[in-house]
Amino acid sequence: MSIDLSQFHAVFFEESFEGLELMEATLLELDVNHPDSEQINAIFRAAHSIKGGSGTFGFLPVTEFTHILETLLDKVRDGDQAIDTDGIELFLQSVDCLRGLLESLQAKQDLDTKRAEQLSDVFQAVLDGGAFAGSASLVKTQVNSVEDAANPVPLAGQSSAELAEEAPEVGAVRQQTGFNIYFKPEVTMFKGGNDPVRMLRELAILGQIKTSVDTSELPALQDLVADNCYLSWSIELLTRCKIDDVEEVFEWVEDECELSITPIFEDALRQTMISSQAQLHDLKIKPKVRSEQRLVMPSGPLPELDDLQLPDLLDVPVQAPLNIPEQAPVGDFLVEADTAAVTMSAKAPAKMTTSKTEASSIRVGIDKVDSLINLVGELVITQSMLGQMGSEKEHMTGEHMGNLREGLVQLEQNTRELQDSVMRIRMLPISFTFNRLPRMVRDISLQLGKQVQLELSGESTELDKTVMEKISDPMVHLVRNALDHGIELPSERIASGKAAIGTIVLNAFHQGGSIVIEMTDDGAGIDTERLLAKARKNGLVGASEELTQDQKLELLFTPGLSTLEQVSDLSGRGVGMDVVRRNIQELNGSVEVSSERGVGSTFRIRLPLTLAILDGQLVTVANQIYIFPLVAISESLQIDGAKVNNLAGGSDVYSLRDEYIPILRLDRLFGLRQEVKVLDGSLLVVVESEGQKLGVVVDELLGQQQVVIKSLEDNYIRVVGVSGATILGDGTVAMIVDALGLSNLAVNDLAAAKKMTDAAA
Amino acid sequence: MTKILAVDDSASMRQMVVFTLQSAGYEVVEAVDGQQALDIAKGTSFDLVLSDVNMPVMNGIELVRELRQLEAYKYTPILMLTTETSGDKKMAGKGAGATGWVVKPFNPDKLLATCKKVIV
Repeated sequence: MSIDLSQFHAVFFEESFEGLELMEATLLELDVNHPDSEQINAIFRAAHSIKGGSGTFGFLPVTEFTHILETLLDKVRDGDQAIDTDGIELFLQSVDCLRGLLESLQAKQDLDTKRAEQLSDVFQAVLDGGAFAGSASLVKTQVNSVEDAANPVPLAGQSSAELAEEAPEVGAVRQQTGFNIYFKPEVTMFKGGNDPVRMLRELAILGQIKTSVDTSELPALQDLVADNCYLSWSIELLTRCKIDDVEEVFEWVEDECELSITPIFEDALRQTMISSQAQLHDLKIKPKVRSEQRLVMPSGPLPELDDLQLPDLLDVPVQAPLNIPEQAPVGDFLVEADTAAVTMSAKAPAKMTTSKTEASSIRVGIDKVDSLINLVGELVITQSMLGQMGSEKEHMTGEHMGNLREGLVQLEQNTRELQDSVMRIRMLPISFTFNRLPRMVRDISLQLGKQVQLELSGESTELDKTVMEKISDPMVHLVRNALDHGIELPSERIASGKAAIGTIVLNAFHQGGSIVIEMTDDGAGIDTERLLAKARKNGLVGASEELTQDQKLELLFTPGLSTLEQVSDLSGRGVGMDVVRRNIQELNGSVEVSSERGVGSTFRIRLPLTLAILDGQLVTVANQIYIFPLVAISESLQIDGAKVNNLAGGSDVYSLRDEYIPILRLDRLFGLRQEVKVLDGSLLVVVESEGQKLGVVVDELLGQQQVVIKSLEDNYIRVVGVSGATILGDGTVAMIVDALGLSNLAVNDLAAAKKMTDAAA
Repeated sequence: MTKILAVDDSASMRQMVVFTLQSAGYEVVEAVDGQQALDIAKGTSFDLVLSDVNMPVMNGIELVRELRQLEAYKYTPILMLTTETSGDKKMAGKGAGATGWVVKPFNPDKLLATCKKVIV
């Protein structure tokens, strides 16, 4: 049978990455002074599973590496090898190394096994009686020596080993033709599920066999215990196969029997055959023997022992020991859709694979699926109820109308619950993202010489998978920033009267239809004066302009502003806080910061629970309905004509308290009507994006409602200022306004206005 | 129909084992650890049990020991799926009452051949 093993690769990779994650997390938790045996066991099991799987699926470099890793872990588990911080570091490096190997294999790239070889060498050294101490740094310094070892000089021992292997063949002068086997099972052999018949049957496969049975140990019938084995066999096997093959037949029972296997050589053959024929009576092994067969007595009247033939004994089928109703298979099952496969598992969900190349899958708890099935059941009941009403009632009476309404209310409820349930399938606990952080915090704080403690809470808070994937990088960036710029060096902390160990707290929780992720550090806080000075220097803030504390902090998110003069190795290079904010805003989320000098900073990220549904404010402009994301609206007001200032070029700004905000006319922007709307008394929706406020003139404010987002890009084309569309209850399509895009358009609107006045002139 | 209980905490191994055995026409029930296997085994009879050794909750050795306590599993062939090639580790399974073992890594053919040794 040929089975394509590659069909199991995706699952293997997924579970291996999960295993590595578990190893990593456990290693980080492990207290080297009092290692918990269950933790070591968990690490060992993870490595062991990867080894088993990689061997089976043919990823040999991974198998080789995990083998030596596992051997070492086994010694640690048995207490033969003490573990210390260097050991942990080494194991963590192994996790990285394995992850690298597996990622390359998954992407079908060439493997770089250099790192694995280095680590293997170090492990071997530790296994050969070394200690972990100092070994972790050894790996880093070994790079050169490994390169030298790429072309190893043949060792003297190698050639002799090869010779030794050839030796037996050279020595086999006489032709071996078979084996004489004596096999006496212990009386208890059946109890391990082994059956001498099986071994005889297998020997028969290897070659021609002649068997004689010794029944001398058979007790008298009244003393016979049905499940004891009283027989022993002398077997002559004529075969060309090796002794190993014969030994393999008895492999499982070698400790439960007396066994001797002696090779027969050509010249000895004749004599053996004669003697065996003369002294022993034959027992033919039937080729087809049922598996239920046991050496037991048949039911009914027992034959006299003398009449009892051994072949009969071997031929008696036993009734199936149990007769219990069939049970449906339990465990994992797989639901596949056109685009996404959802793997349901009773196990706790673990790491998702972020690779874009493969079809992504989500593990969903069975309870979620069950609730979905339950809801669909209710929906079917409601549907049949309504269906029946529709077919029976030709003329509606008041009572029927009442029933119909009731049914519709129920349908509405079913639909809402079903929607919630389906959304929940895409939800994953935020621990997927949080789990990446402890290792990062450990590594970076070591690198920086800082002492940092990471506290996580609310890890089980659930979040849409897509949102999670996109929030991961910004969060990592925030934590890096906190480590790099926030938390001070231990000496500085002690000098300012703080504990030497800094703390970063990450907390996630739900708040009114959004998820809030808070990151607090007890570091130095943000130097707003320096931010301001930098902003003035770059011309972002006028020399005489005064800013509130909040406005100064907002500067942090301004593109091209880094407080640190010297770009460090970690953060302050590449992605800035402006990118973090933009990423979050793309998810319809927001990020705020509060900070106090010397006390610490708090970043608060607010995200929608899902990208598929939006809380929207419906407005009309020139009889068209538009939807603003509620999160983007800071306020709505009636325009006071006196506060409108006309700028050159036909553009207007509105004086809102102590700031001026640009006014954008959607009707003009989207070319909805010719006449120019009088601003005085009109409604103005103030939206905020990237700290920029913008007033949008609308005709009417309608209700607020949840809308399902349909991609405009997928169904039509990308339109600037519109983030998507939705279908309203009456079937009309409404555009969802993109606040960020609009504020960019507002700048261009100046040009548009100018163009219009030019055209009019 | 020959019924096999396959126990492994690794989903890929389990899928591979299940697929192989099902393709060969056996009925297969899977379990993710020893405890689950034991619960299933108590309600149904099997012609063969294949079990991984290293598993959370209840490992394969404990599973075999527990199964052998059950009247219905006194003689049932139980094979350990093991990566251990060293004698003493394999014997640990035997000591608990396992019939034999299949050494990982194995391919589908080897798995089937070994299973066929104990079930026909």
